[in-house]
Amino acid sequence: MGKKRKMPGLNTSSTADISFMLLIFFLVTTSMDTDAGLSRTLPKPPEEDQLNNEIKVKVRNILNIRINKDNYLMIGNDYVALEDVKPRAKEFIQNPENRPDLPELKEHDCKLLGKRMVTENHVISVQTDRGTSYGVYFQVQDQLVAAYNELRDELSKQEFGVNHYDQLSKEQQEAIREVYPQKISEAEPKQYGKAL
Amino acid sequence: MSRFNKNGGREMPELNTSSLPDLIFSVLFFFMMVTSMREVTLMVKFDRPAGTQLEKLARKSCTSFIYVGKPTEQYRSQFGEGTRIQINDKYAEVNEIYDFIMSDRAEMPESDKPFYTVSIKADHQTPMGIITDVKQVMRKAYALKMVYSATKRQDNN
Repeated sequence: MGKKRKMPGLNTSSTADISFMLLIFFLVTTSMDTDAGLSRTLPKPPEEDQLNNEIKVKVRNILNIRINKDNYLMIGNDYVALEDVKPRAKEFIQNPENRPDLPELKEHDCKLLGKRMVTENHVISVQTDRGTSYGVYFQVQDQLVAAYNELRDELSKQEFGVNHYDQLSKEQQEAIREVYPQKISEAEPKQYGKAL
Repeated sequence: MSRFNKNGGREMPELNTSSLPDLIFSVLFFFMMVTSMREVTLMVKFDRPAGTQLEKLARKSCTSFIYVGKPTEQYRSQFGEGTRIQINDKYAEVNEIYDFIMSDRAEMPESDKPFYTVSIKADHQTPMGIITDVKQVMRKAYALKMVYSATKRQDNN
């Protein structure tokens, strides 16, 4: 047939503008803040028939941290400051001198690390009053996690020559977790000093 | 002298902008990916506690948020000064959290359900009683993974 007609090029100069508008829309709506926090696992809800036979834990295996409505801290029977929580918790978790008032050491066959004495039954329990402020509670939790992290870092340096627990391989992390399992109880609080 | 004085001799060649849309499209797609459209308008004011040992939230898509704090200025006359709980776009009572968790988790694909987490974004002055009540409801709803949301504090003490 006749001459071949050339398709005229589509004018695409406005595509940039359109996509700019979309881009700006998404820029504005995006929230880039990554959420961070302390993660915890709550215990399962109590079953009906289970209410009466609570799990018995030996007294020496519990570290009771109590916070009253005026935000005073108590560990065991002494009033302490927030800075004392971490060293006390570290001592409690580790029980380096095998003291009878700290959690019992049991021989545990750990992966990679062989047989070790571990305070595997220890529990740290934080009890609060209804009037305790959340900020203080959070600081205590943070200090407890810090205690665990420091112990784990120390052990990973000692055993694997790596300064930080996070930098170890999965298997090594597991081994260290067996020595220092994180046991912070999220049990329900008792109301022992009513807020006014 | 005339070599510096060319009038209208050469014109600046026009810049080729044909790849500009492609460039912008790729940036656009990036932002489309990272955007989460489920943002809620905050009706409570909360100043989260600061911590040093924080972990990043792994999967934002599997997380429900519960906000706890005092009502913001515009709602204060209506709802008072007391600490309130906000879920989605409204104030809620503690027992409503149960339904909220159940419906939120039901919408999730089956593969994500084991990773379902509840993040509590609470003001640091909130009395623990409220937080405890929320936690008890979460236990009842079997939402056992939780995060105490916080901001990062730089110093190491």
